[in-house]
Amino acid sequence: MAKMVSLTIDGRSVSVPEGTLIVNAAKQIGIDIPVFCYHPKMEPVGMCRQCLVEVGRPAIDRATGQPVIEDGRPKIQFGAKLETACTVPVSEGMVVLSQSEKSRAAQKEILEFLLTSHPLDCPVCDKGGECPLQNLTIAYGPSESRFLYDEKHHAEKHVPLGDKIWLDRERCIQCGRCIRFQEQVAGEPVLAFYQRGRNTDIITRSDPPFDSIFSGNTTDICPVGALTTADFRFGARPWEMKAAASICPLCPVGCNITFNTRREAKSGGKVVIKRAMPRQNEQVNEIWMCDRGRFNWHFVENENRLAKPMVRKDGKPVEVSWKVAIEEAGNQVKGNQVVVLASGRLSNEDLFNLKQFADGVGGEALLYDSLPGGELTTHFGLVAGSNLGDLGAGSAILVAAADLYHFAPIWHLRVKQATERGGNLIIVNPEATRLDKYAKTLVHCQKGEAAKKVEEVGAAVKDAENLIVFFGNDGSPELAEACANLVKSRAGKVNNGLVGVWPRANDQGAWELGFKPAGDLAKALKGKTVYVAGCDPAGDDPQLAEALKSARSVIVQDILLTETAQLANVVLPAQAFTERDGSYTSGERRVQRFYPAVPAFGESKADYAITAFIAAELGLEVEGRSALLVMDMIAASVPAFAGISYGKLAEVTEQWPIIGRSDLYYGGTSYQNSQGLGVHLSGLKKA
Amino acid sequence: MPAPKSPFRMFEPITGLAKGLWVTLSSMFEKPVTTQYPEQKKPVKPRFRGRHVLKRYENGLEKCIGCALCAAACPADAIFVEASENTDERRFSPGERYASTYEINMLRCIYCGFCEDACPTEAIVLGDQYELSFTDRREAIYPKEMLIEPVPAGGQPTPQKTEPGKFTRSVPEMKDPSD
Repeated sequence: MAKMVSLTIDGRSVSVPEGTLIVNAAKQIGIDIPVFCYHPKMEPVGMCRQCLVEVGRPAIDRATGQPVIEDGRPKIQFGAKLETACTVPVSEGMVVLSQSEKSRAAQKEILEFLLTSHPLDCPVCDKGGECPLQNLTIAYGPSESRFLYDEKHHAEKHVPLGDKIWLDRERCIQCGRCIRFQEQVAGEPVLAFYQRGRNTDIITRSDPPFDSIFSGNTTDICPVGALTTADFRFGARPWEMKAAASICPLCPVGCNITFNTRREAKSGGKVVIKRAMPRQNEQVNEIWMCDRGRFNWHFVENENRLAKPMVRKDGKPVEVSWKVAIEEAGNQVKGNQVVVLASGRLSNEDLFNLKQFADGVGGEALLYDSLPGGELTTHFGLVAGSNLGDLGAGSAILVAAADLYHFAPIWHLRVKQATERGGNLIIVNPEATRLDKYAKTLVHCQKGEAAKKVEEVGAAVKDAENLIVFFGNDGSPELAEACANLVKSRAGKVNNGLVGVWPRANDQGAWELGFKPAGDLAKALKGKTVYVAGCDPAGDDPQLAEALKSARSVIVQDILLTETAQLANVVLPAQAFTERDGSYTSGERRVQRFYPAVPAFGESKADYAITAFIAAELGLEVEGRSALLVMDMIAASVPAFAGISYGKLAEVTEQWPIIGRSDLYYGGTSYQNSQGLGVHLSGLKKA
Repeated sequence: MPAPKSPFRMFEPITGLAKGLWVTLSSMFEKPVTTQYPEQKKPVKPRFRGRHVLKRYENGLEKCIGCALCAAACPADAIFVEASENTDERRFSPGERYASTYEINMLRCIYCGFCEDACPTEAIVLGDQYELSFTDRREAIYPKEMLIEPVPAGGQPTPQKTEPGKFTRSVPEMKDPSD
């Protein structure tokens, strides 16, 4: 444990580990020292000068080396000049005055300087209302400027910095947070300063411009409205929107996010989602999210959304009532061989009910399109207490045939950080990935050969203190087994285990709940009654479309009118994840809860409820009244989920750095997590 | 203790009546204060706060930039604004942003004038109009088309096609209000 250092900030004493910066020490006791360029996730640079404070240190007697005592107290010597609180580490006996006349005057002057070249077009700025420059000006700045209005700096206001991000050159205060984020956090130095003095600009050096999947995060940490997203542009004012906690459903990382919603005239008076923002979870996504998650939630408002149940009559789908559709679905199932085909797009609750249903009617529960050998993660996956953020020197990470950058971007970020802390990264991959440059050992192999190569490099990681193995798909079924062999002896140990880089968010949950892929899916569907939920086999593969045509009948439960739904005898409209409660199990085996953000579309119902209705039609008992009750059932009957409840999933503990609405200037516009950090699955299946 | 009874109390109804009638009689010769509304209308005072008007610049561009600060200032939550982006091909207002939806619910409005105060471009002004009547609650919601003033002489209607680089600023340089 680091040595503790005691100091006084604005008359309050605090003890912090050695090496803590003054600004962070102050934050810990609730004292705000204004900053623009400093960000708790990045190295300090001290270039905006906003955090100037008076710093005094105990005077030391040169002869004795002891502090000079005056009137019974150590004599404090203040420097002639102010110091930047974001670059100066604390020292024993230090006295910091952040609110003294001298400090306040300096903070005020810096703001006056910053505002000389700022356009003050807050009324049309997307950041207006959640802008650190706005807030700090009101709190610390001058009410009037002594500079001449006519000499204000003018620059281009509408510069595309890539297709997702707009730059307003006038608003930029050259804090360099975006540049440093790309260099230090994302590891993709695609932004840079150009020119100097008042003409300093932010430019992108990559082709295509701003080539980074993490680009949206720069808009969160930009302390002014210089960087804004094209997706949200002029969507609403920040104070007009409501916030709903959710989980990103696009990859197995399970980033905690917040949807901002607003009732809109443009959308016919409906409540709609305006933007997705990251929500802090230091063990999952910290305060970041990738552009895929940030901008690709629009599928929930697709024009092909199903509003009403449909039943095929005379070869054509006809809209019917729920009662008729459920009766028809019941008729199709009754007395026939049933196959339930579901994907990891569905929540734990949906999958559990589908499994109950399949068991109840004596059918099979098949998982659609996962990774070969995926069930090994239920035996050797990560356990409670695991955190990629804890891996460092002595730990090893093996990534086998997986492109984390594109398919689980935040894992890419976290693995990269682990290597920076001294972790040993080994990559075995048929293709080059953006993670390759951080690997200590890089093995390129042919497709299908990854398993063999994993065995070869296995010896190198045998002695690592911790070992996490990420595996993807190189087309061979042995890869997962080869990866599992490396961690078998470590099963159940914290920060050790096997992680699947699944194609969907909840594949891990599906495996845990007993779903398995079919060896030959097309054959498995033939002549059966197929209940398809949350996947589109016909749209993905023409062979499967043929197979579905040869099925006895098809019941489809989805949010969109997919190609599979067009073949179906019964189509049941499901609610999107933004319209309902539920939970996903991330690849790290963390169960996380999402909440409804907008009202349900049309007559759609939640997947778990639809399954329960059909089950009831057949006289089976399946819980469908609420997701909360289904989770209680899961906890009671699936050992890995033991002890998990919606109350547990909603628990939060304090996190560092402090992120949230009143601390915008410090950490950016990520949302504070007050809706739950999630819970790890408790146990592993015995091998 | 009750006051001693006056011997003239029997005349009290008559004197009282006479006093009252005198007021009536004398007012018959005063100048009448009644205006024959709606045939006659009295001019409103300069700072009267009537129904809102959305102003235009002389060239016809809308002053409103869709910032929604009026909606934020509104204590009755009567204003609803949605913004969209201007282009030089389709320009409604100077700068990047304009109000694509602007609605005021006149039943909710309390005519306090906070929206005027909040407006950074002096686009919304409480006007002289006070004759508002509705037969349906929906009618009380005035959309932008009803609120915006007509295009001034010499101006062009919006959207306009404008020269690139000419209207880059949303908020004009403004003088302190004199009134």
